[in-house]
Amino acid sequence: MNAVVSRAEAAARNEPDALPIERQPWEARSLTSTFLSALVWVMAVIAAIPLFSVLYMLAVKGGSRLSWEALTSLPPAGFEMGGGFGNAIVGTIAMVGIAAGISVPVGILCAVFLSELGPESRTANAVRFAAKTLTGFPSILAGVFAYAMVVLLTGHYSAPAGGLALAVLMVPTVILTAEEAMRMVPKIMKDAAYGIGCTRTQVVLKVVLPTAMPGVLTGVMLAVARAAGETAPLLFTALFSSYWLYHEGEWAFGQPTASLAVLIFNFSGMPFENQIELAWAASLILVLLVLVVNLTSRFIAHRRV
Amino acid sequence: MSSAPAAELQGGSVSGPPSPFDYFFDRAFRGLAYAGAASILLLLALILYEIGGKALPGIREHGVALLVSSNWDVKAGEFGILPAIWGTLYSSLLALIIGGAFGVAMAIFLTQDFLPPRLAQVFRTIVELLAAIPSVVYGLWGIFVVIPVIRPVADWLHDKLAVIPFFSTSLAGPGMLPAAMVLAIMVLPTVAAVSQDALRLVPYKVKEAAYGLGTTRWEAILKVLLPAARNGIFGALVLGFGRALGETMALAMLVGNSNQVTLSLFAPANTLAALLALNFPEAGPKEIPVLMYAALVLLAITLLVNIAGSAIMVLAGRQGGAR
Amino acid sequence: MAAVLQEFHASSAIIDCKLERLFYSDFLAVRNSHVPIEKGKITGFIGPSGCGKSTVLRSLNRMNDLIAGFRFEGHVHFQGKDVYAKSVDPVVVRRYIGMVFQQPNPFSMNIYDNVAFGLRLNRFKGNLGERVEKALRSAALWDEVKDKLKKSGLSLSGGQQQRLCIARAVATEPTVLLMDEPCSALDPIATRRIEELMLELRKQYTIALVTHNMQQAIRVADVTAFFSVDISQGSRTGYLVEMGPTKQIFENPREDLTKQYVRGEFS
Repeated sequence: MNAVVSRAEAAARNEPDALPIERQPWEARSLTSTFLSALVWVMAVIAAIPLFSVLYMLAVKGGSRLSWEALTSLPPAGFEMGGGFGNAIVGTIAMVGIAAGISVPVGILCAVFLSELGPESRTANAVRFAAKTLTGFPSILAGVFAYAMVVLLTGHYSAPAGGLALAVLMVPTVILTAEEAMRMVPKIMKDAAYGIGCTRTQVVLKVVLPTAMPGVLTGVMLAVARAAGETAPLLFTALFSSYWLYHEGEWAFGQPTASLAVLIFNFSGMPFENQIELAWAASLILVLLVLVVNLTSRFIAHRRV
Repeated sequence: MSSAPAAELQGGSVSGPPSPFDYFFDRAFRGLAYAGAASILLLLALILYEIGGKALPGIREHGVALLVSSNWDVKAGEFGILPAIWGTLYSSLLALIIGGAFGVAMAIFLTQDFLPPRLAQVFRTIVELLAAIPSVVYGLWGIFVVIPVIRPVADWLHDKLAVIPFFSTSLAGPGMLPAAMVLAIMVLPTVAAVSQDALRLVPYKVKEAAYGLGTTRWEAILKVLLPAARNGIFGALVLGFGRALGETMALAMLVGNSNQVTLSLFAPANTLAALLALNFPEAGPKEIPVLMYAALVLLAITLLVNIAGSAIMVLAGRQGGAR
Repeated sequence: MAAVLQEFHASSAIIDCKLERLFYSDFLAVRNSHVPIEKGKITGFIGPSGCGKSTVLRSLNRMNDLIAGFRFEGHVHFQGKDVYAKSVDPVVVRRYIGMVFQQPNPFSMNIYDNVAFGLRLNRFKGNLGERVEKALRSAALWDEVKDKLKKSGLSLSGGQQQRLCIARAVATEPTVLLMDEPCSALDPIATRRIEELMLELRKQYTIALVTHNMQQAIRVADVTAFFSVDISQGSRTGYLVEMGPTKQIFENPREDLTKQYVRGEFS
């Protein structure tokens, strides 16, 4: 090939062995490599475009409709003008709160079992397998499950039903990140706790959990961010509502409840400009909420002791 | 050794056994932890029981016919979820091809020193943010940005190349292609993250060996690095596929909810998840067992794919560390 | 092996360890070692690596219970009870027998909370601050940290962290203090400081110390127990070769094996 030919030429000219080690950018191999590098650059930029497009649309179309009214009033009916999604904000926070109230204690307790009480036992492996399986659980099926467990039993759609569906989606993330965080606590630190005469619970509550807390919190916040954005689990558990959660003098926890995600879904399909604008504004609020929680979780993760 | 007189400070051993409360609390807390663990197993069993149980009447009544029929007539009591099954698999496959390609490319881009570390972190953050955006927001964006943007391209393709089955219908609005494209955006972060891990697991000396033999950068990547990481990347693709299968909202808003089985990228279609999302709220007692049956089918498909993906990752992990 | 080991009779053994056999699953790790720990003295355990000296030390406060497959055949008498009796709770044993480990392992809390940990654990109702100061003084750390008690324990240097661990262990004034190669992760200067500290602590505490450094045993230990490895049965089983006053062990050992070890002929 090139090397052989050049050597031959060099020999013919009575030159000492001149090795052709200069760059040959136009040679087939180099060209291919350059082309592929350019391709991968282009692909990376293309992959980034949707994010910026979404953020742009949110800022422009959502931002233009964002107002005090939008944040505090109730959703408009078909041909109405104005209105907002205040109750949806409240509903989302309430249901994510219920979901966290269920999934965080259960998840952390389960993670304590997995990392401290029976790490290698058969039960632990079964539980880990179940948790991993549940991470890929389609969100709509969480809704179906909560529908079967709560709605059919109680006879009506409600916020707790929605909260349960979200909890099912949150729990695997909480368990797996909490277990990981607890495993990272150095064994010698646990030895010190045992050595000073702690019971097993005391080792967990006084040493392991406090030390693992940043990691555990990160997992919880990631789960919360995800749950806040979920729509499918709420579609037929909490349904939707045009009223406030505190309504006619009492808390309406046993009734259909509004949420940002369901509002966006419902309004996006309506042929009314007003509702579509509100859908964009609600999307902006929802994405801001999710991003804030996400960024907070990263901040916590970096503040390791 | 400097030491202030310690005589006046209090002394005496403080050691003593745990109090009865401490003992009780120890047992109680451990009991709670066992309960927490058991509840996860219980949850999984309950899910299978509830969905399976409520699906039984539907299975008994419609049997296998449900899986192969395309009718959906509530009044006549005729149901068929074949189009939904087809749509689920077709859309996920398309999303995997597009999202998977971009995801692997992104993983290579981020791990093979194409960028200074700061810039690489920026791109990594972009990918993580892509994953953080809620599905329903992607659906909204898809309706108002993606569909209008690809409509001219789709119309052109349909005009000139309608003979190819992929382009055989025109894009009226929602359809398979916009849905698959948005789904690809959601698959990309999963594939990119897992593939990055797989590529990082390949020992540096493998790449060193390739360079030492005089390969170009891309020859090293394509001929040595990717093959070494192939199990992990394959696992990433399977997990991405699983992610696509489980996705609901973006599809419900973009796929068109039409019960037909077609190869055309521009025709409206349906998926199991979208079917459930749109029909459940209004479903009457006749429909519910059928929908539960469909839910069971979706559950089975996603479980199988996710378990396969996890198994592959375990294998990949073992191989990666073995050398 | 067949030689009759003359047992060392301690004048007042506060812990009397009569180990017959110690297993990890099927592996016989240590055999036949009678190790009395004398009150008010520093007892050093020396021997080549793998001879079981750390294992025996950790058996005294039942720390080996944390290792799966651990089995102890024998008795460890402490304050009139056998520590391995079924009715004895290892958690209680560890409240009376404190431990300092090879790697400094402060909790990820501030210095004050580290030292106060044992006091709070035992529900101490008196003046916490006084006891914390007293413990830090006994560990020769008070002057260095008195102005930064709220700083994290992990922000200290290696030698300081180990003294913090010592302060933590003595805060509750346990009856015995076990120290498992406490200086092996430290530089020579920090090591020296801790050796001086041990001599001070001896005024109040009984100490059992594992060390791989013979010079340390000579400097610090009153009584020395020499362990070695028995490979005659095909596997490596540790056992006590000889035990006695440090001067005697190093200048005039009874056993040949001891003589060889203290002369540095093997390690």
